[in-house]
Amino acid sequence: MSPLAEYTISALLIIGGAFTLIGAIGLARLPDFFTRLHGPTKATTLGVGAVMLSSVVYFSSTGQGIGISEILITVFLFLTAPVSANMLAKAAMHIGVKTMDNTRGKPWDQ
Amino acid sequence: MLDRLSFPQPWLSLILFLTWQFLSDGISGGSLVLGLVLAWGIPQLTQGFWPERPAFMKSWRMPAYLLVVLWDIVIASFSVAKLILSPRKPEPVFVCYPLQLEHPLAISILASTISLTPGTVSADISDDEKMLLIHALDARSDDEVIDAIHTRYEKPLMEMFK
Repeated sequence: MSPLAEYTISALLIIGGAFTLIGAIGLARLPDFFTRLHGPTKATTLGVGAVMLSSVVYFSSTGQGIGISEILITVFLFLTAPVSANMLAKAAMHIGVKTMDNTRGKPWDQ
Repeated sequence: MLDRLSFPQPWLSLILFLTWQFLSDGISGGSLVLGLVLAWGIPQLTQGFWPERPAFMKSWRMPAYLLVVLWDIVIASFSVAKLILSPRKPEPVFVCYPLQLEHPLAISILASTISLTPGTVSADISDDEKMLLIHALDARSDDEVIDAIHTRYEKPLMEMFK
């Protein structure tokens, strides 16, 4: 493996790890349910994306073929993350979870 | 009986079949058979959930749209990360977004895009499919959110589904 590939992989892993960590911190720090929803759904998008890219670079540079399965994993994640976020938000609105005080606007009920 | 053996969604079947080949470790007789079974079974089971196909869809515009979305995910992830780490309290807002798209598939693509890009989650759609309820993590005004979504995502989608 060339040094360039190694640096790229390390950088991508660090970026991915950092964003996943920040997502987790967001989950702990943000004040109410709806704002917390943003932390994890976003961390997966960029964090997993970066980890997946590093895996693709690793397997291509060691000559084991381009990792199509990694790309598929990311595609599945990108397809399912919005749906689960949407279901969580809907469930929260249904049972009337409290929003933080300075939230403007209201969830409608219908 | 014969219509049970057909492939009601040929493209979905093809994608399922190819995906299964990529996921299984090398192409073998077994993976081909199982791939065929899945490509036949899943569209049959989910048939009732699919909206009718759009009259005309310019699918060649899709890659450009996906690139814009990917780029926005990267940029906006940094701003959300900054917000999470800063001591400032976020100013969340529920926005009612007036939809101009009409096709269910286009609306669901828009809603997924909104959820994927950091800072906004699409929470609900009104019963008449004219409004989308969006929760924005940090926004100064409703119009800002609505304008950004309209120019960056909805317009290209409207072009695509014309």
